[in-house]
Amino acid sequence: MNEREHLPVATGPYPPTEEMLAVPVSQEEQERGKAELRAAWKTPEGWRYFSAVNNTEVGVWYCLTAFAFMLIAGLLALAIRVQLAFPDNTFLDADRFNQFFTMHGSAMMFLFAVPMFEAISILLLPAFCGARDMPFPRLSAFGYWCFLIGGCFVLGSLIFDAGPKAGWFMYPPLATKEEGIGPDVWLLGLSFIEVASIAAAVELIVGSLKCRPPGMRVNIMPLYAWYVMVVGGMILFAFPPLIAGDFLFELERSFDWPFFDPTRGGDPVLWQHLFWIFGHPEVYIVFLPSIAIAAMIVPTVAQRPIVGYSWIVLSAVGTGFLSFGLWVHHMFTTGLPQLSLGFFSAASEAVVIPTGIQLFAFVATLMVGRVKMSLPMLWIAGALAIFVAGGLTGVMLAIVPFNWQVHDTYFIVAHLHYTLFGGMVFPVIAGVYYFYPFFRKKLLSETLGRWAFWLIFTGFNVTFLPMHLTGLRGMPRRIFTYPESAGWGTLNMISTVGAFVIAAGFAVFVYDLLRSKKNQPQIPRNPWGAGTLEFSHDVPDEAWGVRSIPHVTSRYPLWEQDKIVERMDAGRYYLPDARDHQRETIVTSVIDAKPVYVQRVTGPAWITLWAAGFTGGAFIFPTFHMYAPAIVCGAFAIVCVLYWLWTATARPPKDQMRDVGLGLRLPTYASGPDSVGWWAVWITMLGDATAYASLVFGFFFYWTARPDFPPEGAAHPTGLWVACAAAALFLTWALTVTAREVNRRGGVALARGALLVAMAAAAGGAASLAASVTALDPTTHVYPAIMWALMVWVVVHVGAGVIMLGYCLAGSLFGKLTSLYDADLQNVTLFWHFLVLEALVTAAVLGLVPGWLA
Amino acid sequence: MGMAYRNPLNRALAILAGVLLLSSCAGRQSVLDPAGIDALSVYDLARVMFIGAIVLWLMVGALFIYATRIRPQEMPRRTAEMVIIGGGLVFPVLLLSGLLVYSLPMMGAQRVADDGMRVHVTAEQWWWRVEYELPGGERIVSANELRLPVGARTGLVLNAKKVIHSFWVPALGGKTDMIPGRETFMSLAPERPGVYRGQCAEFCGASHALMAFETVAMAPQDFAVWLAAEAGDAVPPATPQAIRGARVFAREGCGACHAIRGTAAIGQVGPDLTHIGTRASLAAGTLGTTPEDFARWLGHAEDIKPEVAMPTYDYLSPADLAALVTYLKGLT
Repeated sequence: MNEREHLPVATGPYPPTEEMLAVPVSQEEQERGKAELRAAWKTPEGWRYFSAVNNTEVGVWYCLTAFAFMLIAGLLALAIRVQLAFPDNTFLDADRFNQFFTMHGSAMMFLFAVPMFEAISILLLPAFCGARDMPFPRLSAFGYWCFLIGGCFVLGSLIFDAGPKAGWFMYPPLATKEEGIGPDVWLLGLSFIEVASIAAAVELIVGSLKCRPPGMRVNIMPLYAWYVMVVGGMILFAFPPLIAGDFLFELERSFDWPFFDPTRGGDPVLWQHLFWIFGHPEVYIVFLPSIAIAAMIVPTVAQRPIVGYSWIVLSAVGTGFLSFGLWVHHMFTTGLPQLSLGFFSAASEAVVIPTGIQLFAFVATLMVGRVKMSLPMLWIAGALAIFVAGGLTGVMLAIVPFNWQVHDTYFIVAHLHYTLFGGMVFPVIAGVYYFYPFFRKKLLSETLGRWAFWLIFTGFNVTFLPMHLTGLRGMPRRIFTYPESAGWGTLNMISTVGAFVIAAGFAVFVYDLLRSKKNQPQIPRNPWGAGTLEFSHDVPDEAWGVRSIPHVTSRYPLWEQDKIVERMDAGRYYLPDARDHQRETIVTSVIDAKPVYVQRVTGPAWITLWAAGFTGGAFIFPTFHMYAPAIVCGAFAIVCVLYWLWTATARPPKDQMRDVGLGLRLPTYASGPDSVGWWAVWITMLGDATAYASLVFGFFFYWTARPDFPPEGAAHPTGLWVACAAAALFLTWALTVTAREVNRRGGVALARGALLVAMAAAAGGAASLAASVTALDPTTHVYPAIMWALMVWVVVHVGAGVIMLGYCLAGSLFGKLTSLYDADLQNVTLFWHFLVLEALVTAAVLGLVPGWLA
Repeated sequence: MGMAYRNPLNRALAILAGVLLLSSCAGRQSVLDPAGIDALSVYDLARVMFIGAIVLWLMVGALFIYATRIRPQEMPRRTAEMVIIGGGLVFPVLLLSGLLVYSLPMMGAQRVADDGMRVHVTAEQWWWRVEYELPGGERIVSANELRLPVGARTGLVLNAKKVIHSFWVPALGGKTDMIPGRETFMSLAPERPGVYRGQCAEFCGASHALMAFETVAMAPQDFAVWLAAEAGDAVPPATPQAIRGARVFAREGCGACHAIRGTAAIGQVGPDLTHIGTRASLAAGTLGTTPEDFARWLGHAEDIKPEVAMPTYDYLSPADLAALVTYLKGLT
């Protein structure tokens, strides 16, 4: 084998000195840089505009789409309010009412709250970090198109009167037994969107870890970036249990595998656990980003750096962790043991502490500064008033005996809307007013903004404050009618009137947002006098994101780093040009943000739209039990993604090094932990492993909760086949690792051989695993069903793993993957690290546990 | 209830809470009009928490207004950090610890085993099967109405047939879910005789809104009399009109789903009708019990209660319908 070749590393002076930064850039040089950047970052025009992938375009589409979905869900709420305005009203019949409230909740959560966070973050995170774009712009675009297709599909079901109607929590057996396609629309449509959400979360985490400007160490990065990391991480661990639940649920609905059917060993409570392990963190996934927006606005309003930066970061991380230990407070009435109720009650109260710290940090920041009550601050103030009230009723709800009374009543409806309006809607609108100048270079109207605020604020309290009382007076949630004798008529009428006042406020807001602002002057660059990098943006707009990527040494560079904007504009800092006419951004190290390499960023493409369309087909056709077209779509989706990866990612570069300015030369290729791709795979697989762990949790849940698991005389998986599968998949992993090591040392031919054998071994392993359960009938009982589910999970993953190995083999044969440029193989090996763990655990469950059970 | 407010501050707070709570006690389905031991203790707890919440909300609001409007000069950062630690950490830890210590022991008191009778309640879509267990283990079957003796703690064994429901009588105590395949348990101890409305609290399908029941809390001796009557067979029809109604009942096959003890009707699919004439509501708390209500229900079940399993007998001749109503009303 040859002497091992190494990728080059960064050379040149770093960090830059004041003398280096003081050297002026010649006019000629400035113009050249601008022209090159403009050409490389040009937004496609005409109908090609929709092939754009730049974060500023995709981010705006994403925000507008999520907002439109919110308005539709809001209209559903109005219809619900009209129906409930009078006792015995007949505006909506029971069936339509049930579809509407189900869709209202589902759309607000899955089509508005979470996507809105991702949309805003995709739009703003690169600007906070002085980055040109997100690390994987095409992934953002793919995620957006998935979101649009999935959202239209799910909401569209209402037009055909075929919407889901079992509540946004889809409790079985009601939802598993429901006739029609409603629950399938919910399960498949929203799973599709969840996958896109996870993709966006992965990108956002990598963006905040690896795409910060040189010098921006973790302890000085904008608080928003911290929140993005925390929330991204929460999405990564919260959505997979739901996806695992969806997987089991859809298997029950489509193939009659009885996971939640108590007559065949299933248990409806398992779904509740999986749903709320997702559902409670979800609340904080929605809430924390809004706090993050407030954390950007409050220092600007106070004109002082935030007080208690470290306290806020610790609290955000703490909230993230705690939120995974609270889910049972949604299940206090299910008859769980009192000891666990007590534990979860205390844990639920504990979350007050990090939340309180964050709120008091904002108040403290306002105290050290001089406050001017600007429009964004007015919305933040409204948010505080509403959220604190919602938080206080939350403290009450965590008290078990009180919860037993008000659970599933209008008291909860009031509480959750107080937390969501105060903890999400108001801060997001504050953010719209605050950041509008950043992305449209115009201001929204002060007068209309105040009108919208007072209408929404008043309407909100008129609607939801009385609901506390409605609930205490006994009105359960989700009832489509009530008798006059119940005495809830007046309270409900007040709520309905309030709902229309909210709607009027939103109408004013939407008008202000969309009205033509052609004749309005452009804003000065930093209209609020903010201290963070996003307000160094170009006026008029430029698509390049940032003229040159600054060296950042403080938390509020615009306040604390003299001349920084001037020097960025002059192209004094890094990457002031685009010599190869390619889009690029700087990737830095995770903790210290030292420049590591220049990442080539992908440009406009239609392939993302195609890939999203086919992925949509793969999810949507099964709703109608059309499995053949679904499989065809799935295959095309895979082909599209492979084409996209092959043509645009990890290509061997023309030049190994790039002069990025200030004498610094950076490599143009990275593989392994230096590269953004490796981090993305790592993070994605953490999510995947979480989903898998949820399935295994299901197995052990049945084992402990059900006396008939396994049932008398049940057939067990064939031990020999299970052992073969374990051995073959272990061999695949070993061969993959070998291929990576051998390839790195120059043994290209040997590596190709190892990859080829690995593919064969993987296929054999998958076949053996499938063979081990063929004697079990998954429709008879939950025991064979869960065995089958684990098998299907692993086999599908092995299928993906085989395609990846083939991709590396092809890369090696066609010169895309060499001993030096081996990022693909590094990433695929990482995938197999996770997969072999999942395969071995599955083998243990299938092969060994039956022995213990017997 | 039962608390004295000697301190003027306490009295002021009680009035404040009263504006919110006490003034609106009306309703037979209200948490705010407690008539059982469990509901009473939660009511006291709720009152304490509401007063606390209002005070805290006003404090945070005042602090915010002070910080943004009133404050004469900028505060040093060190002092501001103390605001964070004091307001976000120390204060909530003390307050919440107190609240947990005060409230969690109540949980045990709410789910103690019964010292009296046991009632098995099974939720169906959308009605309640109610079975009173006698000391010998024998069960008296009834439906859509629960009767409890005042002054004793009655155990409720809860089950569900097909989907999840939740059992809730707000005036008497908190709710407990009824889950297919899992038996759950709670108990209620009414203090004051009266009729309280209960309602299903877990979404259970199309007619979730129409799944209620009356709970009648009775003096122990009255309850014993009632239970003895309930245990008996149905009263045979006496008038010609009622006899004709019984024939219509048999002819239409009602007995395939409904049981009337002492007759050939032994169906188990729908509610037991042995003593339907004594009940306070029809169709699980949806209609009253006038002859008109009976006739409406028999003739328009689907319109009144969407997706109900009960067929619509709109083809019966007016005379047959009237006879059937007379027969059923006479089942006392």
